[in-house]
Amino acid sequence: MAYDKFNILTSTAVPLPIENVDTDQIIPARFLKATKREGFGDNLFRDWRYNSDNTPKSDFVLNNPVYGGKILVGGKNFGSGSSREHAAWAVYDYGFRCVVSSFFADIFKNNCLNIGVLPVQVSPEFLEKIFSAVFADPQTQLEVNLPEQSITLLSTGERESFDISPYKKDNLSNGFDDIDYLQNIKGEIQTFASTLPF
Amino acid sequence: MSKTLFDKVWDSHVVRKIEGGPDVLFIDRHLIHEVTSPVAFLGLKNRGIKVLYPERTFATADHNTPTINQHLPVADPLSANQLKALEENANNYGIRHWGLGHQKNGIVHVIGPENGITQPGATIVCGDSHTSTHGAFGAIAFGIGTSEVEMVLASQCIMQPKPKKMRINVTGSLNKGVTPKDVALFIISQLTTSGATGYFVEYAGEVFEKMSMEGRMTVCNLSIEMGARGGMIAPDQTTFEYIKDREFTPKGEAWDKAMAYWKTLKTDSDAVFDKEFTFDGSSIEPMITYGTNPGMGIGISNHIPNASEIEGGVATYEKSLGYMGFHEGESMIGKKVDYVFVGSCTNGRIEDFRAFTSLVKGKKKAEDVTVWLVPGSHIVEEQIKKEGLLDVLTEAGFTLRQPGCSACLAMNDDKVPAGKYAVSTSNRNFEGRQGPGARTMLASPLVAAAAAVTGVVTDPRTLI
Repeated sequence: MAYDKFNILTSTAVPLPIENVDTDQIIPARFLKATKREGFGDNLFRDWRYNSDNTPKSDFVLNNPVYGGKILVGGKNFGSGSSREHAAWAVYDYGFRCVVSSFFADIFKNNCLNIGVLPVQVSPEFLEKIFSAVFADPQTQLEVNLPEQSITLLSTGERESFDISPYKKDNLSNGFDDIDYLQNIKGEIQTFASTLPF
Repeated sequence: MSKTLFDKVWDSHVVRKIEGGPDVLFIDRHLIHEVTSPVAFLGLKNRGIKVLYPERTFATADHNTPTINQHLPVADPLSANQLKALEENANNYGIRHWGLGHQKNGIVHVIGPENGITQPGATIVCGDSHTSTHGAFGAIAFGIGTSEVEMVLASQCIMQPKPKKMRINVTGSLNKGVTPKDVALFIISQLTTSGATGYFVEYAGEVFEKMSMEGRMTVCNLSIEMGARGGMIAPDQTTFEYIKDREFTPKGEAWDKAMAYWKTLKTDSDAVFDKEFTFDGSSIEPMITYGTNPGMGIGISNHIPNASEIEGGVATYEKSLGYMGFHEGESMIGKKVDYVFVGSCTNGRIEDFRAFTSLVKGKKKAEDVTVWLVPGSHIVEEQIKKEGLLDVLTEAGFTLRQPGCSACLAMNDDKVPAGKYAVSTSNRNFEGRQGPGARTMLASPLVAAAAAVTGVVTDPRTLI
């Protein structure tokens, strides 16, 4: 599915300093009943965000109007648990284009890369700096620069580089996905398949 | 060059290596279910692409199905719509479909092995993180997202960087009352919920060599709960005996040829792992979790650790205990249990029901506990009846439900109410996993049985 190209993102950030945020928190299973990829942002962090009577929980960060922006900053081991891509869809549909953490669960990270959300892994120290800066001033701007593979706290100029494979970087920069690539090598795949024992 | 089991299977499936990028990995078998496939089919439709090898994909309905009155129309319109979409997509693209009510229907990771779809040396994927289950047969099996489901339908390949390799050895033998589930929960408690992220695990050592196929499936199933993409065990005589003569396993000459290859699927003696752990099997006791991720487990006779003994942030730890309504230093034994759930792709196989039944035999279900016994498939359900387990269960005051994922993820009506405590044989104790506000303690079928007859967390070794 096509997504927005990713180049340089400058935005304020939403801080969620909790570790091991699992995909059941990002989007609970009971909201996975759709057959289309629409509206998942409404249920992002559903049970942390709303009471059982659907009124917003005022102490949850997404309900605090002072925080906003296209960057979500989470604690260590973000996105653990289920393979549901719906979690990445919910993050995207809510309006985030980048998730920053000191550590990501594998499948969630892959899912993000496949749908145009950039996962940026920073050191635990830099993550703490971002949390402190954003809590001190919610208007703090972060610059996520994909071509240079860097993330900068614009208030202080502190900066860290992040890893991404050249292949995925190219995909995100151009809005390509893997199916475009795989369709182009179909002949090679069919030849390979004909040699397999199974 | 020396290779690990994982290398051998992975390398033999690489169609192409991309410079500075992932490998294009060929997938032998693809399992799909109603929840993570509809958007993938929609993608195919929008691009005007056909399924490349429909005979390599198998569809079942499991995540979102009722576990009572399966002969009636599904009441929830959204669930019914998802089941209909799976059936229509399977029919349109020529994919084998074992829908609700079909005699081979069941949880995707139960029916794969049961029907011989799962074989040594194969690459197997499914839009479900517990696909790691199939690694028990010496297959590379892992969960994928919906974009990747679409890729596999379109091209029978996915794009994956090769993970690092870890070996976990468990030596010696297990004590009475200690099951494969306890071994897995013990390992996860040692490595933490993210300790194997970025790795593919091979389980080795006497404990796994002596373990049944179903036990191995339970262990490999839980690999994802320490962050590993998958886990695998080298195929041996136990494996070959299990798969022989199942519907989709090779027969006759093809079997002999396959066996000759499968017997080569072992890690070379001088192969190197990026990380290696060794544990003593005799030091493991029945396990139970006290927190909100599967790494928060302890031996059942132990006390809940203090925040200072735990790796990770104090705030996260306190939030977790707060959700559970537990406190540092408390004993787990004697804690009130409101619900017991036996089932799921982790512990919903015949051996799990045999273990549960062996403990409750001659006893009675505790009055104020609700117990959901949910077989992993119709074949398991039939076996429970055939072996006479159902009679024993009925005598002890239990009833059997129909197959499906059920309360493991509570997508259907099998939800544990807010604030209630459940001992579950499933795989995740995340906040709200078994229903909004539900509090889950993960454990083995024996610990579940002990809770079901006493109404509190009980060491099963005192009852067997």
